[in-house]
This record gives sequence, structure tokens and C-alpha cells, in this order.
Amino acid sequence: MAKEIKLLGTWASPFSHRIELALKLKGLQFHYLEEDLSNKSQLLLQSNPVHRKIPVLIHNGNPISESLVIMEYIDETWQHQNPLLPKDPYARAVARFWAKFIDEKVINDVLWTAFKAYNDKGKEQEDAIEEFSQQLKFLEGELKGKEYFGGERFGFVDIAAFFILQFLTVLQEVKEAELMTEEKYPVLFEWMEKLQGNEVVAGCLPPREKHVAYVRARRAAAEEAASKTKAA
Amino acid sequence: MANELILLDTWVSPFGMRVRIALREKGIKFEYKEEDLTNKSDLLLKMNPIHKKIPVLIHNGKPVRESGIIVQYVDEVWHDKAPLLPSEPYPRAQARFWADFVDKKVFDAGRKVWVTKGEEQKSLMEEFIGHLKTLEAELGDEPYFGGEKMGYVDVTMVPIYSWFHAYEVSGNFSFESHCPKLVAWAKRCMQHDSVSKALPDPEKVYEYVLQLRKRLGIE
Repeated sequence: MAKEIKLLGTWASPFSHRIELALKLKGLQFHYLEEDLSNKSQLLLQSNPVHRKIPVLIHNGNPISESLVIMEYIDETWQHQNPLLPKDPYARAVARFWAKFIDEKVINDVLWTAFKAYNDKGKEQEDAIEEFSQQLKFLEGELKGKEYFGGERFGFVDIAAFFILQFLTVLQEVKEAELMTEEKYPVLFEWMEKLQGNEVVAGCLPPREKHVAYVRARRAAAEEAASKTKAA
Repeated sequence: MANELILLDTWVSPFGMRVRIALREKGIKFEYKEEDLTNKSDLLLKMNPIHKKIPVLIHNGKPVRESGIIVQYVDEVWHDKAPLLPSEPYPRAQARFWADFVDKKVFDAGRKVWVTKGEEQKSLMEEFIGHLKTLEAELGDEPYFGGEKMGYVDVTMVPIYSWFHAYEVSGNFSFESHCPKLVAWAKRCMQHDSVSKALPDPEKVYEYVLQLRKRLGIE
């Protein structure tokens, strides 16, 4: 039975963790395959020839890529346990909007900018962080007054957001920059603590120290590469 | 309860076109409001305070935002008329994947072409064509991405066809020579009223692009 569902992922990827959590919430057994992104498996390249990225879900031999697409697939295929999206079309549209917001605004537009500006402590990084904090404020505004983004129970948007924001706290520790503090975002922090206290959710998180060490090492490598480029 | 639908949009937006096509395919009546993006209406700012972008579909006073999300919403509410997404989960996932590809790769490279010039623009144009070829391979020998009928991916992708002429003139090439099957597919879609009514005159799009580049100081 476990062979029917395979998840290709990496231990540090927040996108990978989204799928892990979605599968666990549905009570599904699956076979997890850790990918080495510097040496991608044949299975990964065959299953996601277009993007060659993780996560990829393979169900009965059929591959699905893109974490939010995979989450919707899981929700539609295993409808009855722990629904991730609400039933009402308008509420679904709102949930999809916020999941997209997280992927486009929080991650793509801003976080990667701040992440790339590893070594530029100058204006570029300041601007990126300012922009970023505006996006987080929007996110917090959506959560205010609710238990979870999904309402009474956590759902699609909570899963989409949680691992990303968790990753931010790791990045914050490594960069020693104020990306996400409790003072600035009390509502988000309270929500994160609630989810960290949930056994299934916490079980999908990478070990903290290992994660910090990993991001720190990547930062050091990026610094070294940048200084070599400057010197050359 | 009366279904009141207002679409905030602009004539040239491929994102807005997606919504117009979806609504017309399903025979749904709506009120179209042209926005001036240099002077956004209070209604737009109220309905989409976060992105301040079109299209926004206002259904009985409630805003739905982001073109792909709007099309899915319309498909779910009016599910009995001309369904756009397949009914089974796996084909649905495939449709969503390819619509995401259209957004992240095709439209993104296509947009960047207009805000660059020289070598950078040339390389982006090549990237754009590369993505079109990937899509063409996905289409294969089917009449539409949706199979026998137009579906979610067709609606997501076809609006960019109205911009093809502008690309061809600017880049001095023809899409027909690079991806003939895709051009044939677009022409097939244009035979549908919902599509031909939504897509603007390619000459007008080209004029718009020239003005845009002037305004941005590129040309």
C-alpha cells in the first residue's frame, strides 16, 4: 500500500514539508524519497521534466508537481479526512488567493531578494526587508480575529504559510536580521506557537539546529562565491 | 437572489481576457468596467487593496481576485455550464500544473520582453519561444489542451495570442515558423465567440506596446 504514494522531497524544503503534512493529515502512508539536488535522481527528472524540482508526488505511478497543485490534488483525491480547503466556492477563492500571496509576495518577490542580498547590508537589503514587512502585515491582517487562516481548524493557507514562516525564523537567526519578531507580528507568532504545539505539524519540521547549521553553511558558501566574483 | 457580476478590467490585459472568455463560454451576463490604471478607481482600490490590480470579479458585492482563481471560482459556481476543469483529480492537477506553467514561465518571459531591449530582450524572446515550444509538445495532436473542447489551460493561454503580432513585429520573426501547431491551436480557439470577442485587435495591442515602451523610456 505504501508503494502507491511516493513523495520526492528534501529535508530542508518548506515546500516539501507542506506535502508531508498534507499526507499525514489525511492519514496516508507514503514512501518518502530524499533527493540530492546536486545529483537529481532519474525518477525526479522523469517525473518533473519541466521544472526538475521537488516536491513531486507520485500516486499510482502518476506524478504531480508544484506544491499547491499537489495539495489540491491530495485534498480532492482523499476528500473525506481533514478537508484542507473549505467547500464554499468563495471561501475557496479566498484561500487560494492567500496561498498564492505567500508564494508570490512573501517568497518570490521579497524573501528571495532579501536572501540573495546576503552580504549587502546596505540599502538594497533594507528596502527588501521593508517591502517584506509590508507583506507580512497583510498576512497578519488576514489572520487577525481567527484561530487559524482556515477558521476554526487549520487548513490550506495555514499549511502553505507555516513552513515558510518557520524558515524565516531560521533565516533570521542566521542573518542576525530582524525579519520576523514577536513585537512586530504578535498575531502571527501566536498562531505559529499553536501550530508548533500540534504533534503532527511539529513532526514535519526539520530539527532546528540542523536547519540553522545548514542555512548558515549555505550563507558562508554564498559569501565566499560573492567575494571570489568581486576579486576576479 | 440576483447574480450581480461586475468585472474590473482593462481591454489589453491577457489576465482580464481569461475571465471574459470563461464568463462568455458559460453564457454568464456581467457588467464590464474599464479601469484606467494610471488613475485607479475607488472601487478597484477598495476591492483589491493588497495588489491594486485587475482583473477583479465582484460577485454580489464580494471581490474575487487573481485571474486563475477567478476562472476556477466561475467554473465552480457555474459548474453545470461548459465545465473548464476536468472532473477527475489527476487531470485536474495536470490542468492546474500547465496553467501555472503558463503564468510562471510563458507570461512572465513574455512580459519581460517589453521592458528590456537589445541583447537582453533578444535572449528573453528566445526564452519565451522556448516555453511556447514546451507547451506545443504538451498539446500534441489534441485540438485543445482540454482535449476535445476548450478547457482551463486553453482559457489561460489563448489571450497572449492577441499579443503575438506585437512580438513578431518587434522581434522580426514569425511564430508560425517556430511553433506552427500552437498557432493553429490559437486560431482554432479564435473560432469561438467567447475568445474572438475577448481578444483585442492585434494592431491596437502593438500600438499600446509602443506607447508603453515610450512611457517607460525604453524606446
